[in-house]
Amino acid sequence: MNTSLPGQTSTNPQPVNSAPNTAAPVAPVLPPVGLEFLTRSTLPFQTVDYALKGYHLDANVGSDKVVAAAVELNREGFALDTITGVDWLAQNQMEVVYDYFHPLTGLRVVIRSKVARENPEFPTISTVYPGAAWHEREAHDFFGIRFSGHPNLIPFLLPEDATYHPLRKDFAP
Amino acid sequence: MIIKEDSVLTQREAPSETFILNLGPQHPATHGVLRVKMTMDGEFVTRAEPVCGYIHRMQEKMAENRTYAQYLPNTSRIDYLSAMTYTHAFVGVVERAAKLQVPRRAEYIRVITSELNRISSHLVWWGAFLLDLGGFTPLLYAFDDREKILDLLEGVTGARLTYAYYRIGGLYNDVDDAFLNGTRAFVAHMRPRLKMYRELVTENIILRKRLVRIGMVTDQMCRRYGASGPVIRGSGVPYDVRKAEPYSAYPDFDFDIPCFTEGDSMARYLVRLEEIAQSLRIIEQALDRLPSGPVMAEKVPRVLKLPVGDYCYAVEAARGRFMVRLVSDNKEIPYRLKLRTPCLSNLSLFEEASQGMLLPDALAFMGSLDLVIPDIDR
Repeated sequence: MNTSLPGQTSTNPQPVNSAPNTAAPVAPVLPPVGLEFLTRSTLPFQTVDYALKGYHLDANVGSDKVVAAAVELNREGFALDTITGVDWLAQNQMEVVYDYFHPLTGLRVVIRSKVARENPEFPTISTVYPGAAWHEREAHDFFGIRFSGHPNLIPFLLPEDATYHPLRKDFAP
Repeated sequence: MIIKEDSVLTQREAPSETFILNLGPQHPATHGVLRVKMTMDGEFVTRAEPVCGYIHRMQEKMAENRTYAQYLPNTSRIDYLSAMTYTHAFVGVVERAAKLQVPRRAEYIRVITSELNRISSHLVWWGAFLLDLGGFTPLLYAFDDREKILDLLEGVTGARLTYAYYRIGGLYNDVDDAFLNGTRAFVAHMRPRLKMYRELVTENIILRKRLVRIGMVTDQMCRRYGASGPVIRGSGVPYDVRKAEPYSAYPDFDFDIPCFTEGDSMARYLVRLEEIAQSLRIIEQALDRLPSGPVMAEKVPRVLKLPVGDYCYAVEAARGRFMVRLVSDNKEIPYRLKLRTPCLSNLSLFEEASQGMLLPDALAFMGSLDLVIPDIDR
């Protein structure tokens, strides 16, 4: 039975019997392992303070690069966390955010991409991560984002005859 | 279908004729309103397509038209069996964005109540899963033990299921001696019960024939579908958010991640039972070292406006990784709140993994995934 992740040292019990009731310890900024893939990565990653944001790496890519990003993260052993949209009505943009986590190192990676709001279309990454199919269907339901090449882009959570996208900021019920 | 005399049931002929079997949305085996469209070749599943959305409530839209404090009770109603951990993720993301320092006593009590909640959730699964497989008695044992947890949590939170006990910056109220003593008594009571569970059920030959080497899920499949929790840990990957992204007071405690490499339904079963034992370990340590002091941060603004940006907070819920992704535009209400729920990802591998299974095995496999449907549909 494997009991601990490689490189995680924060699991040691700390002497807290005498500790006063002070603030919780700060979460580790970056895991000591898993970051070496940055040296061979082609993605424009920025390191992020995990304690502030809740993820380690952030990359903003064009919509034509999301599949290449998925291919690279798949090769590095990342798991698909979730896919979601954000409607930036004031900026007239539609954003798709791809979250990944690494099951062995715990590294959290965010890939985000923005396109013009009038024609929100992204290539599907379900060819790389089959689990993406449901998340993309959900983003299609909620935001009307089309995922080209998706095998089955039918309503997922909304009724099958739904013609509205409730998480668009200009949606009025 | 005519079965030739010399053929055995497990050796399939070329498919001559398939039919669609509609399972649910009101089928007892799905434990909620999940519908599965099954293409059957006799007793074998050719394709099982889950159809979701029957209990969809648009939780994420609700978050966009109320303040953080007003949305907090909703977080108990996503996975109603694991309400504590879900509220934990929500208050966690708000505290992270607002840079609030939560008192240590509050974090310790959060750990204790979250772990009690995890045990009660696993007990419901254990009872209901075995009920699916045809064993009625374990359900009564499980609900008897779970009742003790619900009584403890009711005493301190006022609720038996939808607790909404954690508040932004701390807790609704402090625990009393009745809770602390009761929790100690429960830990002492539960250990021999776990042993009894093992003797009563785990070694049962009928159970083993239904679970061993059935419902195979590989670690790579988990990774590609984003499965987490007992599903990925039953496939040989020791991924647990409490260790991978340590949060709250979990780094203070010594506990193991139960992990089995078989990848079958039995492995997931064993992971959950072993997790109950680990949760008891954590609770015991937290009770021993419970700091004194306040349970609420000093300065929690009444009107909470979070700095512009996006923030994530992940917790290990009873069913796996639950993450809240919050986008704030410095208003009183969230700009966007995404709930990444474990059951959705865990169920999404069902279609691939159930191919070619016998129907009763597919149902046992579905039970071993421990689905809570409002968690998928949100």
